[in-house]
Amino acid sequence: MSATAVTVPARRAERSFGALGLGVSTLWLSLIVLLPLSAVVVHGLDGGLGAFWDAVTSRQAIAALRFTVLVSLATVAINVVGGTLIAWVLVRDRFPGKRIVNALIDLPFALPTIVAGLVLLTLYGQRSPLGLDIAFTQAAVLLALLFVTLPFVIRSVQPVLIELDTEMEQAALSLGAANATIFRRIVLPNLVPAILSGAALAFARAIGEFGSIVLISGNIPFKTQVSSVYVFNLIESDAPISAAAVSTVLLLVSLVVLLAIRGLGRWGARHDR
Amino acid sequence: MISVTGVTKRFGDYVALDDVSLEVPDGSLTALLGPSGSGKSTLLRIIGGLESPDVGRVEIHGEDQTSVSARRRGIGFVFQHYAAFKHMTVRDNVAFGLTVRKRPKAEIAARVDELLEIVGLAGYQRRYPSQLSGGQRQRMALARALAVEPRVLLLDEPFGALDAKVRADLREWLRKLHDEVHVTTLLVTHDQEEAMSIADQIAVMDHSRIEQVGTPRELYDRPSSAFVMRFLGPVTRLGEALVRPHDIALSHEARPGSFEAQVARVVHLGFEVRAELVLGDGEELAVQLTRAEADELELAVGDIVHVRSTALPRALADAGDAAQPALSA
Amino acid sequence: MTVSRPWRIGLRTLALAYLGALLFVPVGLVFYRTFEHGIAAVWASITTPAAIHAFQLTLTVTAIAVPLNTVFGIVMALALARGRWRGKGIVNALIDLPFAVSPIVIGLSLVLVYGIHGWLGPALTKAGVQVIFSVPGIVLATIFVSLPFVVREVTPVLKEIGDEQEQAAATLGAGAWTTFRRVTLPSIRWGVAYGVVLSVARCIGEFGAVSVVSGKIAGETDTLTLLVEKRFSNFDLAGAYAASALLALIALGTLLVMTMIKPRREEGDA
Repeated sequence: MSATAVTVPARRAERSFGALGLGVSTLWLSLIVLLPLSAVVVHGLDGGLGAFWDAVTSRQAIAALRFTVLVSLATVAINVVGGTLIAWVLVRDRFPGKRIVNALIDLPFALPTIVAGLVLLTLYGQRSPLGLDIAFTQAAVLLALLFVTLPFVIRSVQPVLIELDTEMEQAALSLGAANATIFRRIVLPNLVPAILSGAALAFARAIGEFGSIVLISGNIPFKTQVSSVYVFNLIESDAPISAAAVSTVLLLVSLVVLLAIRGLGRWGARHDR
Repeated sequence: MISVTGVTKRFGDYVALDDVSLEVPDGSLTALLGPSGSGKSTLLRIIGGLESPDVGRVEIHGEDQTSVSARRRGIGFVFQHYAAFKHMTVRDNVAFGLTVRKRPKAEIAARVDELLEIVGLAGYQRRYPSQLSGGQRQRMALARALAVEPRVLLLDEPFGALDAKVRADLREWLRKLHDEVHVTTLLVTHDQEEAMSIADQIAVMDHSRIEQVGTPRELYDRPSSAFVMRFLGPVTRLGEALVRPHDIALSHEARPGSFEAQVARVVHLGFEVRAELVLGDGEELAVQLTRAEADELELAVGDIVHVRSTALPRALADAGDAAQPALSA
Repeated sequence: MTVSRPWRIGLRTLALAYLGALLFVPVGLVFYRTFEHGIAAVWASITTPAAIHAFQLTLTVTAIAVPLNTVFGIVMALALARGRWRGKGIVNALIDLPFAVSPIVIGLSLVLVYGIHGWLGPALTKAGVQVIFSVPGIVLATIFVSLPFVVREVTPVLKEIGDEQEQAAATLGAGAWTTFRRVTLPSIRWGVAYGVVLSVARCIGEFGAVSVVSGKIAGETDTLTLLVEKRFSNFDLAGAYAASALLALIALGTLLVMTMIKPRREEGDA
């Protein structure tokens, strides 16, 4: 359906508006995002490939990266189970105060990360009313990451669960399937793309997280030091090239995860019609 | 045989079914016919075990199934929007009930092939529902329901989401399938043409109750209430009575029992002619004539004519007449 | 599926227990600890000159970053949803990067461009402009991290609505600007609103990137979030709690607005 009766000059003006808008916004995007990030990559290679490799493979750098990836994977694993469970309860169950609980799920999105760190320190750190003290442990880092990534899987799964055709479940029931079978063979397969999507987002967030970790982790090298804090230390100790080198690795990981998320989105929609 | 006795179902304040009783003979194709909100889908789902009644009993083959889960009732259910397992292939969809029952693989494969052949989807094993048309998806859903050899087949407005042509084709096909497979079938529909053309027996429902049960012919010729009469075909008021447009005789001269009317419009519908008239009291009515009859009468707009009913007298007045539902013979 | 009652209660308890331990109790505890010693102390703590300045700086930076990114967001969303051009994949990836990149890397990237030894360093020094360790750096960092929100909220709304209304306006004689102002903009306003709220929350809450670029000069380049960390490092726990409580209150307020707008943004119209 095309619009008729549009005068030719008006159409042309519209098109040049559009081109101008695209040009200006792409310029903005490049200036704000592309320019600085490419500076990171270039600077990382400033000392040559050898220096780059040394910085990236230093014992501390590798330890930090290893810990970062492992703790992020653990976070994601817990989120996958916990997030799906919470999403299920929020969509399928009814209890007083559910709407408030649902709204509060987004709190980690809205709360500054430094406050999140302080919040967790209060309950699980030194002056904890529970008598716990896990500050400066790896568990503390895990806890901080679980906090800040809480909403991702939940918010990813919820809309899919809401849209899910309950008649599919009824059909399965009428065909003789028990609840466990229905969940395993009907519900879960339809949730997997959303779960993975949320997991990827959580992972990307977790490997770069800084503010919530910086207070509670104690930043103990080779134990509780994550890559982002390691890079921060490198910047403070005036080693920008090493910092840039390690950052480049982190950037690469982020990029890969981003592409995976986009791919997952397309894969998830493959049976939709 | 399916036997429903005194079933009442409420959703909050809303009464979906009010003391409903029905018997569905073995091997028959029965239609639950009614407008939306009449309770027919609710009744179907209660029979299928997807809902449970507040009051009343459901018996299938003599066994009380009222509190038995849908899993164990031995029913097949077909939904209006297909409820296809969109993440599974056609083959896996149809095989689902059999895999749940842990039948051997060879048996499943054979049965799936057999069923797909019956529903005309042979060769579509590996397709996904999203690659099928609406009509194909519904046929797949039927194959899936039939795979576990249910003793009862329940269809909830199965053709409601399809185009008119596909609907008509599938409806005929369903009747033929029923004639071959002979499963007791209960079909919910709001389309009287659909019910009339394929059902052995129709239960007409309105406002949470069953109005009348009978064969299509019985319901058409001897409706027990104005509602049933109106629902099953076009209806015209002539004085105190409700008459079918084809049961009205039109003449230029007055006859005993006739009413005076003026011709407002003559519509030629190809093989038949519809004369739209206005009675003395301002009421409009339509009379259906054959071409021959119309030609003979030579009707012109503005003519004064006389109309009378040629049907057996059946003084059914307004909807205030709450007729008792007649049980089928 | 109808889950049996014991299962349902069990799942619900598990979910609420997890949320309680991770989210509700810690946040509640912070509020409790903050106001433990009375509101007066808290008030005094957040009205010190340093705190007031931090608050003002945070708001100023937000007030600059959000409108800029909103305009960018709407223009880019229009280009993505309505335009036909190649390279959408790359542009989408660039837009998503602020979500996926560590804030420390973001901070570093700005230093490497605008710092004294950075790419634009010499030019800026010659012009007498200081970006890093000064307010402009904080603004740039905040713009970076809050860039995607409006675009990401408005683009799907535009795609969902389609351009039929705009075509209708064109046939009725409306020019491009009029159509935009009177047809397009009203139909996306809830998507824009939601994106703005998310951006504001992100701007106020940014910590990692501004940590790197600000230099933490008290009274000058301390934002509210940096103030929290500074007070904590100086063992002023009460002060840290006070500032945190303020930020948490703002966050809860943001949540409230988000919850109110969320259902509206899919409508695409009044």
